[in-house]
Amino acid sequence: MSHDTHDKDGVSRRHALECMLWAGTGVLWGLSGGVPKSLGLLDGAAAATTSGFTFLQISDSHVGFDKPANPHALDTLKEAINRVKAMPQKPAFMLHTGDITHLSKATEFDNAAELIGSAGVAVHYVPGEHDIVDEGTGKAYLERYGKNTKGSGWYSFDDHGVHFIGLVNVANLKAGGLGSLGPDQLEWLEDDVKDLSASTPVVVFAHIPLWSVYPSWGWGTDDAAAALGYLKRFGSVTVLNGHIHQLMQKVEGNVTFHTARSTAFPQPAPGTAPSPGPMLVPAEKLRSLLGIRSVTYRQGEEALAITDTALADR
Amino acid sequence: MSALRLAALAALLVLGSGARAEETVVEIANFTFNPPEVTIKPGTTVTWKNADDIPHSIVEDATKFRSKPLDTGETFSMTFADAGEIGYFCGLHPHMKGKIIVKP
Repeated sequence: MSHDTHDKDGVSRRHALECMLWAGTGVLWGLSGGVPKSLGLLDGAAAATTSGFTFLQISDSHVGFDKPANPHALDTLKEAINRVKAMPQKPAFMLHTGDITHLSKATEFDNAAELIGSAGVAVHYVPGEHDIVDEGTGKAYLERYGKNTKGSGWYSFDDHGVHFIGLVNVANLKAGGLGSLGPDQLEWLEDDVKDLSASTPVVVFAHIPLWSVYPSWGWGTDDAAAALGYLKRFGSVTVLNGHIHQLMQKVEGNVTFHTARSTAFPQPAPGTAPSPGPMLVPAEKLRSLLGIRSVTYRQGEEALAITDTALADR
Repeated sequence: MSALRLAALAALLVLGSGARAEETVVEIANFTFNPPEVTIKPGTTVTWKNADDIPHSIVEDATKFRSKPLDTGETFSMTFADAGEIGYFCGLHPHMKGKIIVKP
């Protein structure tokens, strides 16, 4: 479990136990006066009850994955969803940052929808590259999640004064390239934000990281700079990604970038393995590398409070 | 596979070549096509085999052809009848590139 923001009063035993309970699933994101911060999941959730709101990010559930790195990817997703169900305060919604399925099969989409839907929380999706490898290269995804979206599935919405933008950077990829947004989506984005006040907190979510994490493993987006250019004038921009199955953060001016854990299997840190393929770890260690995220936003505060929680503490 | 081989054979007959249809294998491992470049005679069948624990696909650079996603151990075969250079990449991980050179 990682805390970007630490409890200034120290950690009580009860608090520590609560944190351990949550360790292993995901990240709780909090928007606090505009800038998301990753807090302890329960910290964020508790704080949000006073002023502001909390939403969750889950990512890379890879329903259908059954290889040695995690032969039971559906089970670990279920554990993650059980944690969402057990939250004392229901989050406003969840963001799923892609790779819902492993091979875009109908049964995988069905299993994912049933399980994730059982949390009883609205979910906003963007696709990962594994979600658009059906025969129609994305048709199956759009039939399920494409309502009220543009192009390959991008859209925006507003909640509690925060502007949320879901981008697709896994479609129409080019030989030798990285993730790509493409000219149509960039044009849409420019138009989407042009009438917003610069004080509007903005949260961008997409599958592949929008900064160059490790291009030789494909961990970046070719035209991310153009997208971030349209967001430069905003006082608070938070970018949430998946794809690399591990936590990573970066701050650049008013923009904070965060990658999330997977609920299915971990991947190696950049350059520490021959390839970015699934990382095999001892079974008892697996859940400490999977997780969910919570984000809490408080009006009048600059930072969103972000809490990453593993499925198990070690 | 047998249909593809027949097609390759038919192509060779049309060309009037006396050579037998050949096959070559490109293994996909550690997010790399191995070998990344192969030179073949017209009519040769190339079979890609995925040895990774993550799916990959074969997409021609201008998307003239595209395989289904290949899960671990799965294969995709294609016979190349005409001389020329065919660049391709992985549709899921486009930084992975390969090339087929077809030369009589």
